[in-house]
Amino acid sequence: MKVYCLSEDPNKPCFVIKLKSVTIMLDCGLSAHSVLNFLPLYPIPDWKPNKAAAWIPKNFSDPQIEGELNECMTNQVLVNSAPEFMTPLTKLVDFADIDVILVSNYMTMLALPFITENTGFKGVVYMTEPTLHIGKLFLEELVDFVEQSPKPNVAKYWKEILHLLPPPLCNSFKPHTWKQLYSLAQVNSSLTRVQMISYDQKIEITGALTVTAVSSGYCLGSSNWVIYLESKKLVYVSNTSTLTTHPRPMDQVNLKNADLMLLSSLTQAPAANPDSMLGELCLSVAVTLRNNGSVLIPCYPSGVVYDLFECLSSHLDSTALGQIPMYFISPVAHSSLEYSNILAEWLSQSKQNKVYFPEEPFPHAQLVKSGRLKHFKHVYTDDLWNDLRQPCVVFCGHPSLRFGDVVHFVEYWGTNPQNTIIFTEPEFPYLEALAPFQPLSMKAMHCPIDTSMNFTQANKMIKDLKPAVLILPERYAIPPNGFGHKNEFVIDQIDRKVLTIKRGEVISEKLDIKTVNVPFTTEMVVSVTLNELQSGLKASKFTAVLDTKDNKYKLDILRDDLLTNKTTEPYLLETLFKKTYEWGQLDIDRFLRALTNEGVSDPKIEHNAHGYTIHLKSEDTLIQVDDKSTHIFCEKMDKNWRLKLRSIVMECLNSF
Amino acid sequence: MNISNRIIVTPLGAGQDVGRSCILITIGNRNIMLDCGMHMGYQDERKFPDFSYITSDGNITDLIDCVIISHFHLDHCGALSYLTEHLGYHGPIYMTHPTKAIAPILLEDMRKHLVEYEEEAKYFTSSAIRDCMKKVTAVNLHEVVTVKDDIELKAYYAGHVLGAAMFYIKVGNDSVVYTGDFSMTPDRHLGAAWIDKCRPTLLITESTYATTIRDSKRCRERDFLKNVHECIDRGGKVLIPIFALGRAQELCILIDTYWDRMGLKVPVYFAAGLTEKANSYYKMFITWTNQKVRQTFVQRNMFDFKHIKPFDKTYMHNPGPMVVFATPGMLHAGLSLNIFKKWAPDEKNMLIVPGYCVSGTVGNKVLSGAKKIEAEPNKFIDVKMSVEYLSFSAHADGKGIIQLIKNCEPQNVLLVHGEEEKMKFLRAKIMQEFNINCYMPANGETVEIETANIHTFNMSTKLVKEILDDQSNNLGNGKRLVHGAFILKNGSSYLNAMSVKDTFKELEIQRHTLRFTCTVEIKESSTIQKTKTKLYDMLENNLPTFKNKLTMSDGSISLASILVTVEDGMDNNKKKIVISWANEDEPLGNHVLEMLQNLSKSD
Repeated sequence: MKVYCLSEDPNKPCFVIKLKSVTIMLDCGLSAHSVLNFLPLYPIPDWKPNKAAAWIPKNFSDPQIEGELNECMTNQVLVNSAPEFMTPLTKLVDFADIDVILVSNYMTMLALPFITENTGFKGVVYMTEPTLHIGKLFLEELVDFVEQSPKPNVAKYWKEILHLLPPPLCNSFKPHTWKQLYSLAQVNSSLTRVQMISYDQKIEITGALTVTAVSSGYCLGSSNWVIYLESKKLVYVSNTSTLTTHPRPMDQVNLKNADLMLLSSLTQAPAANPDSMLGELCLSVAVTLRNNGSVLIPCYPSGVVYDLFECLSSHLDSTALGQIPMYFISPVAHSSLEYSNILAEWLSQSKQNKVYFPEEPFPHAQLVKSGRLKHFKHVYTDDLWNDLRQPCVVFCGHPSLRFGDVVHFVEYWGTNPQNTIIFTEPEFPYLEALAPFQPLSMKAMHCPIDTSMNFTQANKMIKDLKPAVLILPERYAIPPNGFGHKNEFVIDQIDRKVLTIKRGEVISEKLDIKTVNVPFTTEMVVSVTLNELQSGLKASKFTAVLDTKDNKYKLDILRDDLLTNKTTEPYLLETLFKKTYEWGQLDIDRFLRALTNEGVSDPKIEHNAHGYTIHLKSEDTLIQVDDKSTHIFCEKMDKNWRLKLRSIVMECLNSF
Repeated sequence: MNISNRIIVTPLGAGQDVGRSCILITIGNRNIMLDCGMHMGYQDERKFPDFSYITSDGNITDLIDCVIISHFHLDHCGALSYLTEHLGYHGPIYMTHPTKAIAPILLEDMRKHLVEYEEEAKYFTSSAIRDCMKKVTAVNLHEVVTVKDDIELKAYYAGHVLGAAMFYIKVGNDSVVYTGDFSMTPDRHLGAAWIDKCRPTLLITESTYATTIRDSKRCRERDFLKNVHECIDRGGKVLIPIFALGRAQELCILIDTYWDRMGLKVPVYFAAGLTEKANSYYKMFITWTNQKVRQTFVQRNMFDFKHIKPFDKTYMHNPGPMVVFATPGMLHAGLSLNIFKKWAPDEKNMLIVPGYCVSGTVGNKVLSGAKKIEAEPNKFIDVKMSVEYLSFSAHADGKGIIQLIKNCEPQNVLLVHGEEEKMKFLRAKIMQEFNINCYMPANGETVEIETANIHTFNMSTKLVKEILDDQSNNLGNGKRLVHGAFILKNGSSYLNAMSVKDTFKELEIQRHTLRFTCTVEIKESSTIQKTKTKLYDMLENNLPTFKNKLTMSDGSISLASILVTVEDGMDNNKKKIVISWANEDEPLGNHVLEMLQNLSKSD
């Protein structure tokens, strides 16, 4: 098998594996880190503060660069253009060859339209029902954010003069490959290729493989994957969480004892404990509100935000701030809240049980009914501004602060030192995200919450699951600068073969397949009689015909017409079809008795180091016997005698 | 193969009958109960499946490995709390999430009706129902659930009612599909049943409408609305007895949209006390409804009805036209029966029965044309109201059952949940069309189906390679002759095939080699080497089949296990030829020996 790595970021994974004749893509994450290099898109055009000045490199004059670059107050240089994203590598694998794409969760499918549209892709995309519904919301939100403030100009020239630009722009990773976002039409077309599946469902792929999604505990419908090829088991572990939050718990059992494990998507905030971050967040929200300030929480439209609603509302209740309204602003906010109520099968046991009463599984349904949590499509809707009461808590996207309604709120609330912005998504370095908005009076807090496994948990899990071979992103094998405690920041597995992979690399790993599954014809089944050779073990020899046409095997009885084709010589037929296999030791006493019965009267027996030598002088025959063999030296040219002796020996041996 | 198996099926209920569905199957030494229903037509012990069949010998939990409930209708789950709380079954029980949510409500509803009428309702306490439901494990569609290591269960969408499922059950290499109740046509809120080509050994299917080829859904809907509209136009009252959940939601959607479209003002009531709650279930399990309902649910909940109001008992005495949905559906007890008693004598009124009524119920009697009904002992009611039966209950018709058989390709079919005469007709049709066995056991009657329980085996890749490398096995046209051995380990459902050599290793037994060595002297004056070449050529010419196995080295010629060496004979003109072979090649060895002997004689 071959494993290709198409993504530079282990948290936006994209792998391709080729197994037998099947090509499978595992996830297609979209890296949005590149968008930090672009100027923010303002959702309300009138509200466009002028904090950035045009910039060109020193001693450089080329009209082509004019208007492409701006410098903000922190001296960071940003590109004035529609934002661009880092998509999976296109040159390593032809997307037209992909048979199936397995999508682990809605966070790892955001590059899907780049893979399936206008690439000749003809395959099927498998994902769970929540992944499809919520993933669709993520894709729609992203398109909406980028399209609501269109930038007519596409800046290209800056990519040619990278060496003249200041950091971090000059360190951009292959900006020539960056792409502008897909359209809504492409999103919809892409999703028509999706087939929904359940956990623990066995999906056959081109008759060669079986694939199963198992719960990974990270978010609604999130999966890890088990791939069976004959007797071999491969597992792909994507975002996985062992914490108890709202999704169904992780399934470890099905990942055990794999021949190969491919690991990706560990936590992006290995130094931060999600629980204590959540605690800090609640505290600082309460402090801000009590000082009459409002709180802005950049977020994605599903996932951790549900836990934030739940924890924050109960914390505010307990600190007499229960009257403070929360606003959830996203083009898909309503759908996200509605969908969260209908996916009970994919939730933790305690949330699932609520549905039986019937109550909504998430407390936010009640918060919406009581008016504590309000949802709006956009920041520019009048309804919102008629309703908005401060102090309040606002949840909105996008966490990069480069597009979406959050951009407006950062500007709008940024001048007030009583307000606080709290970053919970670990994906974007928060100071870099804030750079174009500086100077800001608003406080900024960093409480990264990533429920994916940390390195310590992953090391332990791998040890428990015992994969024979482990393939992991190169980054997971190298400790970050300045961190001494190895096990907390790297995957370190001495008990197994570990291979590392990075973007653009291919690993070939031989799968030693010991058996293949072969069907029988009914006549063949009927013809076999098993004998119990030892307790618990039955066996039977067989002589049959294996049909090997087209590399698909089938076992059938030997039919007469085949024989006549081959030969009519009886000796040949017997050689080919009448085989016996002897085992055990020769029963020497029985053998001698049988000889006497046949009238052989003069056996002369000699013991030696290995066994016996029996000399039958009258028959001109010498027999050497030891534990493993009987060798008959028959000088007498009498076929009948030899065959008689043969049958006597065989009677004194076991055979099957 | 001497490890062939059988599947044994015994209906304890629903054998040539509708009601108290309960089918016991034995598959690969596992006993599984399919449904555990109650018969609505009886008040005596015939109400329950014939549990004496399994309770007579010992602990029922030891006997039954698991129970599967197909959907929430009481004739499929009504006896479940009796099984767990009275008979003491505490093994695993499986059903889908919506069934787990809704079944206890219907059980509780039934309990209330029973308590009104019967002494023995002591089995039915609210806490017994709650305790029973705690033992249930909910499953998702298409998820493969493994029970006790070797039972695999998989639920398929069955339509019929919210959460209804068909179950695929596999033990070892035998498999059964049990349909429960299913419908092959989508309706206003549910989709159609779907199953893949899973090729079960046995398909156990319901056959309620075995002989009916039903007209289109649209016609039935039009008839229903026409009847209702005509009745209220003449000032009559319409009673629609119905289960609180299921068909009720479909008909409510139908009436609600019709009232909207026609601007009707006549009141429509839903009398169950459950409506709002019922609709909450429908909303939260919206993923189990049809595509249209699912796609629009964010904008509008189909189950928020504009025209349908909750019913109060006193309304039944109100003058003027009205439409009332009331439970239970077969008029055997409760509010629907009370309203019926009140309205039946007025010919302006109308009864529309949209579902199946099992024999023994008032609903069944009225539908069979009875004009006097003994609703209570010695108290007769004249039935003057018009009575309409509309087969709205969502069962597959004969065509649907045939379609299902085509879809899943079973090796055998067994009919349950239907009437004997109709079953016979369908049975003949299935046997003729598919050329497979079709059974229809009565309650307590056992069917045994022989199965070849292994269909595949694992062949070691080493053996495959050996076979492909050995040209002497080539029979042409991709066919290869194979020698090997099958090994079956206790407890494994996989038969392994390997080469003989590996078999000895695997079995940890010592192979015993039996060899023969004979000597022939021939007249030959050339050198040993030349003699050897001569012999080699002779073998090559005479045994073309083994050409690829024939080799010559410094010391000897070898062919399979046969070794031929040449030594100097008594004098220069003679050569001694020693030939040796292993017992497995005896015929060939002997043949070569005879060739050499002929050589010696011909000299």
